Amino acid sequence: MDFFVVSLLNGLSYGLLLFMVSAGLTLVFGMMGVLNFAHSSFYMLGAYFGYSVGRLTGFWPALIVAPLGIAFLGALIERYLLRPVHRHGHAHELLVTFGLVFIIDELVKLLYGNYPLKNPMPVELSFSAFRLFGLDYPFYRVFIALVAIVMFGAILALSRFTRVGLIVRAAVRRPHMVEALGHNVPMVFLGVFAGGAALAGLAGVVAGVFYPTGPSMAQELGVIVFVVVVVGGLGSLEGAFVASLLIGIFSSFAVGVNWTLADAFALVGVAGADLWGGAFTVKLSTVAGAIPFVLMFLVLLLRPAGLLGERQ
Amino acid sequence: MILEVRDLHAGYGRSRILHGVSFAIDKGEIVSLVGRNGSGRSTTMKAIVGLVRPDSGSVRLDGAEQAGRNAYEIVRDGIAYVPEERRVFDNLSVHENLVLGCQSPRHGIAAWTIDRMYAYFPRLLERRGMKAGSLSGGEQQMLTICRSLLGNPRVILIDEPTEGLAPHIVARVVEVVQDIRKNGVAVILVEQKLTIALRISDRVNVVGHGQIVWSGTPAALREDADIRRRWLEVA
Repeated sequence: MDFFVVSLLNGLSYGLLLFMVSAGLTLVFGMMGVLNFAHSSFYMLGAYFGYSVGRLTGFWPALIVAPLGIAFLGALIERYLLRPVHRHGHAHELLVTFGLVFIIDELVKLLYGNYPLKNPMPVELSFSAFRLFGLDYPFYRVFIALVAIVMFGAILALSRFTRVGLIVRAAVRRPHMVEALGHNVPMVFLGVFAGGAALAGLAGVVAGVFYPTGPSMAQELGVIVFVVVVVGGLGSLEGAFVASLLIGIFSSFAVGVNWTLADAFALVGVAGADLWGGAFTVKLSTVAGAIPFVLMFLVLLLRPAGLLGERQ
Repeated sequence: MILEVRDLHAGYGRSRILHGVSFAIDKGEIVSLVGRNGSGRSTTMKAIVGLVRPDSGSVRLDGAEQAGRNAYEIVRDGIAYVPEERRVFDNLSVHENLVLGCQSPRHGIAAWTIDRMYAYFPRLLERRGMKAGSLSGGEQQMLTICRSLLGNPRVILIDEPTEGLAPHIVARVVEVVQDIRKNGVAVILVEQKLTIALRISDRVNVVGHGQIVWSGTPAALREDADIRRRWLEVA
């Protein structure tokens, strides 16, 4: 029971963090048709910006300032790197973002060193939220979840109740038609790209003091975030939300479960399958890292447009 | 002349579609572009409104050059575009589709409003909260026309509005197009059904191989079997 509850809570918190990063990625893909490989680099930069700003001002101002800095950087990248290559097609845009990943990785190593930083959690957030089965549950995990939920609420409200949100929702579907109704679509693209970068940056600031802030942050999260966006349905914010939680919870449970295929056979009455060895004795926990990809595989097989994606 | 197109060249990638299109239209006129598939009618419209950037040539709206500007700037200055295949935002409600079309009214032209559209098409009012993707083909066509009119254009380009619609709905679309003209808006129409184009147009331009190959009144085109055979009829 304690394993179940703790895994569920950890999974929710991690899933919500995944959502903060994948929200921007899926919106940008929906609008511009470009998978931005550098998106999780914005997440990493958020952590480093947060660290640097935080040393000057403390954690709370950094929570605001660092994402704004990342938004500005994102705007520059969209305007001066992506837009000029846009007319050459998606492949060129992909390559630009792919190159950015390496440039940002190396710059971070150059400026901060090729090792994780000591980026401590603010003391006012470093306490136990509640005691659970004799264990302290860190409040910070709750904090990560709260930030993500507030952010999700804010994006939903912005997208449902404002004119800009309406234009974005329409442009995700038919950007040319939106422009043909007199809306400045290039400016909307710029705004969404910068906004998505800011959200990833915010996630980075928040996660940077809990998980290690290091030069491999972008890589570690990058692949999982792509899986989230594919499973949720490319371009679907709600889909990304569901997929983030699913993958967060699945990963969190798998790490602690030592079931094997042989156990499954034993359940249906075939005893002794563990003697066959090989795949039958591999524990679920040792393949936990593969769970998101198995999920992606199944979704692509059964519902290629993703859980909440609509076929265009 | 409210809109003058002169020597317009345009195309996609390496394939050039338009090789010097020239024509003009005045306020309150309906001018049709007719021709076979692939002759360049739709591309002409897209080039006028800036969705396809012209390689050369000129598009003047009330004397002001539009060629080379962004589509959204051209639309804001008064050229509306209704695409073929009725591209409604199927993920949005009928009302949201209309809201997206609204632009601030233009000096000296009676403004179109959403209420006026609902009064004109009670059917859209009944369905205002429904997803636009669930409307019938005819209703979607009305919606795209209304949506573009809410930008308060001086010229409206309508691409194949009757394609795939039942006859009684086609009649309604034709009425609507004539009503738009009565409001002083110039209408440029691409219409596959020649009988309709001839019935409602003031002038007809025959498009062939990316140029205007013939221009004149519907009556003159009715007389000229040779032009019709050469450029319009399918063998």
